[in-house]
Amino acid sequence: MTKDLKNLPKKERMEIPRVKMPEQDPTERIHNFREVPCGLNEEQAMLEAARCIECKKQPCVSGCPVEVDIPGFIKLILDKDFAGAARKIKETNALPAVCGRVCPQEEQCEMLCTLGKKFKPVAIGYLERFVADYERENNLVQAPKVAPATGKKVAIVGSGPAGLTVAGDLIKLGHKVTIFEALHKPGGVLVYGIPEFRLPKKIVQAECDAMADTGVEFENSTVIGKMDTIDELFEQGFDAVFIGTGAGLPNFMGIPGENLIGVYSSNEYLTRSNLMRAYDFPNNDTPIIHGKNVAVLGGGNTAMDSVRTSLRLGADNAYIVYRRSEAEMPARIEEVHHARQEGVQFHLLTTPIRFIGDDQGKVKAMELLKMELGEPDASGRRRPVPIEGSNYIMDVDLVVVAIGNSSNPLIPRTTPGLDVNRWGNITVNEETMETSRPGVFAGGDIVTGGATVILAAGAGKKAARAIHKYIMEKK
Amino acid sequence: MPKVVDNIQIGPMVWKMRVEIPRLVKKAKAGQFVILRVNETGERVPMSIAGLDRENGLLTIIYQVVGKTSALMTTIPDGGEISDTVGPLGVPSHVDNWGTAILVGGGIGIAPIYPIAQAYKEAGNKVITIIGARSKEFIFYEDEHKGVADELHICTDDGSYGHHGFVSDVLKQILDSGEKVGMIMAIGPVPMMRVVANLTRDYKVPTWVSLNPLMIDGTGMCGGCRVQVGDETKFACVDGPDFDGHKVDFDTLTKRLGAYKEQERAAMKHFIAEPGCRLAPAVEGFKYPDEK
Repeated sequence: MTKDLKNLPKKERMEIPRVKMPEQDPTERIHNFREVPCGLNEEQAMLEAARCIECKKQPCVSGCPVEVDIPGFIKLILDKDFAGAARKIKETNALPAVCGRVCPQEEQCEMLCTLGKKFKPVAIGYLERFVADYERENNLVQAPKVAPATGKKVAIVGSGPAGLTVAGDLIKLGHKVTIFEALHKPGGVLVYGIPEFRLPKKIVQAECDAMADTGVEFENSTVIGKMDTIDELFEQGFDAVFIGTGAGLPNFMGIPGENLIGVYSSNEYLTRSNLMRAYDFPNNDTPIIHGKNVAVLGGGNTAMDSVRTSLRLGADNAYIVYRRSEAEMPARIEEVHHARQEGVQFHLLTTPIRFIGDDQGKVKAMELLKMELGEPDASGRRRPVPIEGSNYIMDVDLVVVAIGNSSNPLIPRTTPGLDVNRWGNITVNEETMETSRPGVFAGGDIVTGGATVILAAGAGKKAARAIHKYIMEKK
Repeated sequence: MPKVVDNIQIGPMVWKMRVEIPRLVKKAKAGQFVILRVNETGERVPMSIAGLDRENGLLTIIYQVVGKTSALMTTIPDGGEISDTVGPLGVPSHVDNWGTAILVGGGIGIAPIYPIAQAYKEAGNKVITIIGARSKEFIFYEDEHKGVADELHICTDDGSYGHHGFVSDVLKQILDSGEKVGMIMAIGPVPMMRVVANLTRDYKVPTWVSLNPLMIDGTGMCGGCRVQVGDETKFACVDGPDFDGHKVDFDTLTKRLGAYKEQERAAMKHFIAEPGCRLAPAVEGFKYPDEK
């Protein structure tokens, strides 16, 4: 069969239908936290790999923020060298098992796929996930080759996708790397933010363990800016510092009743459930509110993660309340689709104007206002305008505010000379990711504001290159 | 994992734990706090700093058994370990020379005002300290406070020791005596801090209170610790824990502190019922304040 696939004429390859990802049935999965997509098997993966027509231009590669050799790894799948394919990806992307799951491929590599012009694009994300899982589950992960020690030390602040990428690249170049993480577990948003049903935590742990095996040191429960400042890290002998602390400062609506019990930020709701495993209370000690009528405010991936979590925690009614229309939703189509399948109800073009509490200070309802789309705003999306007199009341016992994050000021406040823009994001040279402080680099959400895992990883790659150059040239 | 040097009972349901964590102790300042996690399944709980032994790198925490996590803490033996300690968190207490400063500590709040009293004293203040609790056996740190304060007043609700009455009664007497007071700092149960703040408002003496709302990360990421201060919502973990007592919305704070009351009680019951629970001494006679 393998041989047949490889020798198949292009035309026939193109006509192979795109693989369908097997998934847990929606009626079953809303009662558990297990991963929703089940992954491809070997046959499915090879058949899907055969759909790649090995076009010359390779537009998919330019659509990838970390420039994975996509046709290269797909070819290895056809050769049945799955572990080799995983290693091919790892040449440029340290986190394939993560990215294969959470990257928005439909806006990146797959959007540009040549096959996509006439047919459906190759399922690059599914294949990436398949080979990474194959390599890990069959214990075929090899420690990367590490260059001779340079004697240089780099401190990385934050162990999310940006920090892990920088660490993975710099350790291979022979530098000593220490990652400082504020929480008790490494992984950043991959651990506290993205739910188990979308990214199993054991995968993140395996990635971090693999890095630790290569020599990366993890110092968890260490808040830079409080325990040590950036300047003190230099005093301790670090030659460069990378700041990848994420966008951790939740935005609220600023409307009456927001401090009622039962109004969470998405960060708090997801951290309780994911990092603290509150879904398994009382086997784990952290409690969480189990709402029956849950409204999640926002239209991004975090909103979808929150609303789907609420279903798994027993909500009878789970609503997305979003002030624009579905077309403007920033969430991945797949996430919106999964949410709909699971029974999430969408209240679009709707915005809350106040929360109403009971005498114990718990939220019991909210007042909403209908909107219509007006002229495009600065983001290019049509601005929602309130419809006068359209107010109505919705009964809710849990509200999750998922309208984005601002940048956390802990490090800028304690680092003299570190420039930030008017939103508090650290400003950098976009080629090198170097900040206004020599030897201090930054990347990920702390620079861009809330974005994606792969963009953070892309920034990490750039920063790693620049840090290497900086410390090797430094006298 | 940080080592617990010793962990001893110092009053009914009140314990004192010293943790060896030199890097944190070196950095910590009066008024800051730490977050602990006892074990792998444990919750993250904020704890005030009740003492800093910089020479030996020891952090002192005084805690009261109020639920599962604190009950679990009592089971850690001398020389044992605690899963995680993170800090120092929060903004250190504002320290200045105001001439005379009064520190008010109620219940478990007797502990965290001690390092703040030391800092006030070092800044040159005349320090008047008022500590109070339900009854004599709940009073601790008397010698420590004696060693720092220029004047120490002790109160018990039942009159079993010191002044018979509340800390606010003594505070009122001092304010009425004409003593010129530049600053007041109150730490203790929310009703106590509310009473103190309401009292001093009339005397127009600036009054700080240190708030201890529920928290998870302690770095501003989750917003669970938000408190209403005047017209603004503040995050106690990064903006606090000290706030202007005259502006704090104590009502919202009280309600939010009770957000998980039912789950907390269920967890405690579940825990006490566990076979082989080594907690007998700590949980024997354990009751919630509103339980008969």
